[in-house]
Amino acid sequence: MLLALEASIFETNFIEQHEIIKNMLSAEIKDKYELVVGLEVHAQLLTKSKMYATDSTEYGNLPNTHISVLTLGHPGTLPKVNRKAVEFAVKMGLACNSQITRKNIFARKNYFYPDLPKGYQITQDKDPICVGGEVPVSLSDGTKKSIALTRIHMEEDAGKSMHLAGEVDTLVDFNRAGVPLIEIVSEPDIRSSEEAYAYLVEIKKLVRYLDICDGNMEEGSLRCDANISVRIRGEKEYGKKVEVKNMNSFRNVSRAIEYEYERQIELIEKGVEIISETRTFDATTGTTASMRTKEDLNDYRYFPEPDLSPVVVSEEWLESIKVSMPSLPRELHHKFVNEFGLPEYDAGVLTDSKEIALYFEGLCKLTKNYKAASNLMMGPVKSYLNELTLHISDFPISPERLAQLISLIDEGKVNFSVATQKIYPVMLKEREQSPLTIAQNLNLIQESDEGSLLPIIESVLAENEAKVAEYRSGKKGLMGMFMGQVMKKSHGKADPKVATKLLAEILDN
Amino acid sequence: MEKFLSFDDIQKSLENRETDCKAIVNYYLENIQTKAHLNAFVEVYKESALEQAAIVDEKISSGKAGKLAGMVIGIKDVLVYMDHESNASSKILKGFKSQFTATAIQKLIDEDAIIIGRLNCDEFGMGSSNENSAHGRVLNAADEERVPGGSSGGSAVAVQANLCTVSLGTDTGGSVRQPAAFTGIVGIKPTYSRVSRWGLIAYASSFDTIGVFSRNVQDNALVMEVMAGPDNFDSTVSRKDVPHYSELLHFDKRAKIAYLTETIESPALQEEIKENTISVLNRLKEEGHQVDEVHFPLLKYVLPTYYILTTAEASSNLSRFDGVKYGYRTPNAHNLESMYKMTRSEGFGEEVKRRIMLGTFVLSASYYDAYFTKAQRVRRLIKEFTENLLTKYDYIIMPTTPTTAFKFGEHNNDPVAMYLEDLFTVQASVSGVPSISIPNGKDKKGLPIGLQIMANSFKEAELYAFAKYLSEQNSNL
Repeated sequence: MLLALEASIFETNFIEQHEIIKNMLSAEIKDKYELVVGLEVHAQLLTKSKMYATDSTEYGNLPNTHISVLTLGHPGTLPKVNRKAVEFAVKMGLACNSQITRKNIFARKNYFYPDLPKGYQITQDKDPICVGGEVPVSLSDGTKKSIALTRIHMEEDAGKSMHLAGEVDTLVDFNRAGVPLIEIVSEPDIRSSEEAYAYLVEIKKLVRYLDICDGNMEEGSLRCDANISVRIRGEKEYGKKVEVKNMNSFRNVSRAIEYEYERQIELIEKGVEIISETRTFDATTGTTASMRTKEDLNDYRYFPEPDLSPVVVSEEWLESIKVSMPSLPRELHHKFVNEFGLPEYDAGVLTDSKEIALYFEGLCKLTKNYKAASNLMMGPVKSYLNELTLHISDFPISPERLAQLISLIDEGKVNFSVATQKIYPVMLKEREQSPLTIAQNLNLIQESDEGSLLPIIESVLAENEAKVAEYRSGKKGLMGMFMGQVMKKSHGKADPKVATKLLAEILDN
Repeated sequence: MEKFLSFDDIQKSLENRETDCKAIVNYYLENIQTKAHLNAFVEVYKESALEQAAIVDEKISSGKAGKLAGMVIGIKDVLVYMDHESNASSKILKGFKSQFTATAIQKLIDEDAIIIGRLNCDEFGMGSSNENSAHGRVLNAADEERVPGGSSGGSAVAVQANLCTVSLGTDTGGSVRQPAAFTGIVGIKPTYSRVSRWGLIAYASSFDTIGVFSRNVQDNALVMEVMAGPDNFDSTVSRKDVPHYSELLHFDKRAKIAYLTETIESPALQEEIKENTISVLNRLKEEGHQVDEVHFPLLKYVLPTYYILTTAEASSNLSRFDGVKYGYRTPNAHNLESMYKMTRSEGFGEEVKRRIMLGTFVLSASYYDAYFTKAQRVRRLIKEFTENLLTKYDYIIMPTTPTTAFKFGEHNNDPVAMYLEDLFTVQASVSGVPSISIPNGKDKKGLPIGLQIMANSFKEAELYAFAKYLSEQNSNL
């Protein structure tokens, strides 16, 4: 059942193209101004059913297949809060060190739009479930900063209006109507597009670690609006802010911020006042344009939702949610640096995704050579996954097998490059074989006992008498050449450490 | 000859095999037809009622019948019933059929009640005279030139004229009690949240209740005990146990009764109503009950508080009727905005539009604190006063209405005069406490007078027992 509206109903040309700034502002002028940004992120929660109804939230189904009298706002229906969604919102709050509101009152936000079945959205107004909190971010130059949160609140999504090409009517799909959302509102703490980007990466990481949202901005499960203003550096008051919508990737959020920063500075420099308005981002031109909708004038007439009793987060409930919290990226990062002694860089890469971090954590229970484990993960493992765009859950090598490979290196049976270049590729294909078997089959076990290495070394020295003399007369740099020869003769199997030791003993005596 | 004047009558006739459910339904169907000009019924479910009667007869003979077997019920046109049309007496819901049944109705059906049809009312329950209906006005059977009261006017007249055994109404500010008073029958508004609102087309969610009209207290109590109680579809409904009201009707205590000076002394109060109310109070005193006069200085704020809060909620509740998903859509629009405006302008009646505009105004950013926030505070004061008083006293007694049934068109040019009809009924609505209206004699023109009794929240059992005691005294006069 598709609902039809007359096509002409929608005026599509409310986007007034904004003149692209042609003259780049000088760095000097730009430097006079400080950028001030606050972000509002909507995250679609991964609950099975909707925020106030039992309909499925599954994505990608035929239009209007996940609807009921409740989703469609039929007369006589009443909402009922999905407790799982409340739990997810609390998890996000705990992860951000927010205060959790115990008595949650819902509110109605009233406005008319065809994809809003009840004519109001049930959201939270004065009593959001999470108050305050912070999201720490790291920037490329190594600085760390904490972006403060204003609030996180629960609400429901709207349906989708579809203006299909060639269709006379505008169609509405209500599958998405009522899907639970949390809105994460930051303080205006962000001072650069890089900080905004880093903040979004962090939010995405958090929701994925918590398993409450798939964090996919392109598919719309994570959405971001930016409140952007500029002010003269040192000024205490904020400038007039502009809200920018329709940025469907992290990169576009950065681009929109950069564009707005320059646009607003230019206007101020020209003596034109900034107007508080809602603007839309155009990804093809990289510009923003004023949205001349009546929404600017909207008075949402919030008032307490009389159809829902307050939802109380009891001590017991809160405790059970705390207990169910997974390790957070910052906790794992801390562990990797402080317990495993890894460099900050490694810890950052390894905690980028929850699954990689957990795999790595599992691996480190099986080996004590954390640095080798980290090198393996960041090098061959990640490049294999990236190349085939696979998820770590599809990675064919178990942590046990990978730990065995590290043992081979530790025991001096193979060196790191043989392990990664010769044995690892076979392990990817031959799941049943242990790295040791593979190494043996390929005859890759290093010659590390002196008895078998000595004849090779002696023959190399015999073949290079002149060089030996040069070495002995002080040209110590020739050691590398001897080692190369030894490796060549041993077909790469000589343990470099043992070979160097033996060579030195013979040559220096 | 009038038959089946109480459920007790019906049960006795069924037990003695003098009649069966089919005959009872046929009797009412005939009455409905004879009294069709009263315009109480909007739609009669003749076939399904007769089918249901046959099923119940079967159950009776096999001894498996529920406790409402033989009861024939009419439902107000704001309660939804699966696969049946529900219009809330509005053009905007023309042709709308519900895909589910209101919990209150389902509970009655589960006890083998027979649903005979849906009843006329003021559009979306907004009105005090049943003159605001897309289905036309309802006539008061006591005087056909007069209104039956509202908004549940059809439900009141259906019981008054014996077109069904009992009927369901809804009461947001007096919509059951006031028409009960105007038609000389019993009508209750239960405690807010006592009966599930699932399936009740909302007017003002934090006030709306489902109430019962009947010819006597006993039948009313029985229907309420079946209908009340928890429901998974309504998160605001009370989980408190429901006492068996119909078995707790014996009254033999010395009651503490309060009456409010401001109601008895109200300049709007019709003389005979004042006299009859005072004579009840005097009689109670004589019988040894404690009867005290209490001041209620907040009375003058009750109506404004009620109208600010209910219209605010209504303006939001009625937003869903926009022509997009169901019901009426204007054929005349050319773009989205004109579709919204024309659909709603053409679909809603005057009074509904007035209340939507009032509600939108009081919720608007610039006036929110001056109206909505303040009204919420005053509501709390009224509720506290009423609940406190009802911990000191068992009951508050007052007239149900300031006047008896008025003539059609009498208040048409003055909405405020119409709102004054609710002067005495809104206190219980604003406070959420239960309140019942019972007949209390007639005025000089022979028009019914109602007496209103309020008790504290969830004291329906005590309220019914006292109402029965008073009704019996009144009918013995």
